[in-house]
Amino acid sequence: MLTAILVMAGLALALGVVLGYAALKFKVEGDPLVDKIDAILPQTQCGQCGYPGCKPYATAIAKGEADINQCPPGGEAGMRALADLLGVEPKPLNAEHGLPKPKSVAVIDESLCIGCTLCIQACPVDAILGAAKHMHTVIASECTGCELCVAPCPVDCIDMVPIPEKVDNWKWRYPVFSLKQVA
Amino acid sequence: MISKLFKFHGGVHPPEHKLESTTGAIRPLPLGSPLVLPLRQHVGNLPKIRVQAGDRVLKGRLLAEAEGNISAAVHAPTSGTVVSIDEQLIPHPSGLPDVCITLQPDGEDAWLERKPVDWRRTDRRVLIASLRESGIVGMGGAAFPTQIKLRPSGEPGIKVLIINGAECEPYITCDDLLMRERADQIVKGIEVAQYLLGAERCIVGIEDNKPQAAEAMRAACSRSVIKIEVAVVPTLYPSGDARRLIHLLTHIEVPSDKRSTDVGVQVFNVATVVAVYRYFEFGEPALSRIVTVTGNVRHPGNFEVPLGTSVAKLLEAAGGALSDTNDLIMGGPMMGFSLPSSQVPVTKATNCIIAGAPKLFPALPPALPCIRCARCAEACPVSLQPQELYWFAKSDNFEKARDYQLFDCIECGCCSYVCPSHIPLVQYYRYAKSEIIALDRAKQAADLARERNEFRLARIEREKQERAAKHAQKTAGTKAETAGDEAKKAAIAAALERAKAQKAEVVPQNTESLAPAVQAEIAEIDARRGEALAEPEKAAQEKQES
Repeated sequence: MLTAILVMAGLALALGVVLGYAALKFKVEGDPLVDKIDAILPQTQCGQCGYPGCKPYATAIAKGEADINQCPPGGEAGMRALADLLGVEPKPLNAEHGLPKPKSVAVIDESLCIGCTLCIQACPVDAILGAAKHMHTVIASECTGCELCVAPCPVDCIDMVPIPEKVDNWKWRYPVFSLKQVA
Repeated sequence: MISKLFKFHGGVHPPEHKLESTTGAIRPLPLGSPLVLPLRQHVGNLPKIRVQAGDRVLKGRLLAEAEGNISAAVHAPTSGTVVSIDEQLIPHPSGLPDVCITLQPDGEDAWLERKPVDWRRTDRRVLIASLRESGIVGMGGAAFPTQIKLRPSGEPGIKVLIINGAECEPYITCDDLLMRERADQIVKGIEVAQYLLGAERCIVGIEDNKPQAAEAMRAACSRSVIKIEVAVVPTLYPSGDARRLIHLLTHIEVPSDKRSTDVGVQVFNVATVVAVYRYFEFGEPALSRIVTVTGNVRHPGNFEVPLGTSVAKLLEAAGGALSDTNDLIMGGPMMGFSLPSSQVPVTKATNCIIAGAPKLFPALPPALPCIRCARCAEACPVSLQPQELYWFAKSDNFEKARDYQLFDCIECGCCSYVCPSHIPLVQYYRYAKSEIIALDRAKQAADLARERNEFRLARIEREKQERAAKHAQKTAGTKAETAGDEAKKAAIAAALERAKAQKAEVVPQNTESLAPAVQAEIAEIDARRGEALAEPEKAAQEKQES
């Protein structure tokens, strides 16, 4: 009886030490779920979800505070990927947060720009170049199309221009068969 | 003659239709109408434009310069004037316009000074570097810049050089005619390529449906200073695919994630080596190519065409397309694509133009469901599982499609060709491939945006801290200043104290040495002043008392 208790206690102690050591040794910094969710989000940083960026939204989803259907730029596919990751039922995008739009880039009408730097301060990815009282311009390859620079512009010189289909970004279409009228 | 061949998996035997266009010799196409030269004629970066509208250029003049590592230059195919640089329709499956240089020929065809190179006495590296200016790309249809293929990055070097004269796709005969008529130039080109690569073995692979070409090549190779083997391979589509041909001739299977140069083999099309030879021997950059015009035209044949010539002009030279022509295909019937218009120009990759008609290519009946017969898997020369790829592509299950090696698919069309349900399998694979490429690009863009956003937040945080630190420093500074003030005040107070003490100590000395009369007078005045001072006090006292 005593031997059995001692053996069990010894085992418990030994395993406890191992587990405790492992918990310290293999400690994961941050929440891996947040990073996984953040990897799915499109990183537009537009704030349409109601959070100040993709990472805060990812954190809110991980905590269960936000729903998975609040990201219009991620679209249907993004919502499905989130549902897959979290093991929840997919649901249609919440129209309150806006509807998916074709990907666009901001274009500054440089003849109107007064150089106020307000758009530079609004851009979440530092994609606008310029200085006070100097003309600003958008670095198109860095622009996520979040539209956050449009509202602060006092002279309304920023337009969102959808990215046109060119030879280098053209995609093969899904094969479809045209219907023929027979009668 | 090569001893042994190694059959690859799958393959199909579509009707050849090669005889129509091999009845006559290669005909030159006269110049005349404006030439439209797309910048995008090759795989890789767009070249940088080096001319302006209105410039007069001579034949062979550089119009656009190779930009970046993988790129190819564009030259003027004849002398004339640059009319415009704008977007025009190009031969591309998208049917979208792209930047083109339009050249109006002046009819003189005057050459720029050509600089031939004695390649046998020049260092290989110099030669390969100079190829960057030649504009030569793979002429078999892939249009990969040739100078990159001659610069094998990985050691060990190239052991086997394979010259691709298989020309396996139906209808196309431009390489056949080239081998029949210009075998000597091909052999010279092989000698150049062998010198540049240092290959130990050179093999020319030709399908057995081109006996005249094989005979001409054999005769030319026997006259060569180096040993060149001519291998006649059985006609089986797609034996002209580089990896299939390598397997066929050497039994080397190039791993899916590696290039043929990694296993010591390099493959060039016959027309490409001719272009390389002509570049060194005569100083001629890539200005023209041989194009087969066949299908529903009056006189099918092969033409030596200046790049930029419109397809309409080419069809005209072949006697014109017949009235029931409903489609124009660039490339072969298996892998080619429909052109958006007959006005598109011939580019470096244009090996064949087929005028399509319902009698040649009857419209396929609507696709039926897949019955899992696996005939596509039997036909697939890459040993993929086309039926599985079809499910994944159809259901947008792109990750799975990638796992099943979708990107090893060479889009040869064997699977679609044998499918009893007429499913356009290759179209599904192309769709899935371009979707995956787009998703990968979006992912890269998202990663970049995340990085930039995180950097921005970190920067804002840093600036905030810096401001706070500055503020704290300033406050500390003010305190130090106040402390200094106090010291100053203390010093002033001390000075005042000192002054007071001095005042107290000092007794006026100016009354001591006066005459006694004056002294008495002063004393009297003082007494009077004392009384005067006392009187009001007295009065006030009296007032209070009363």
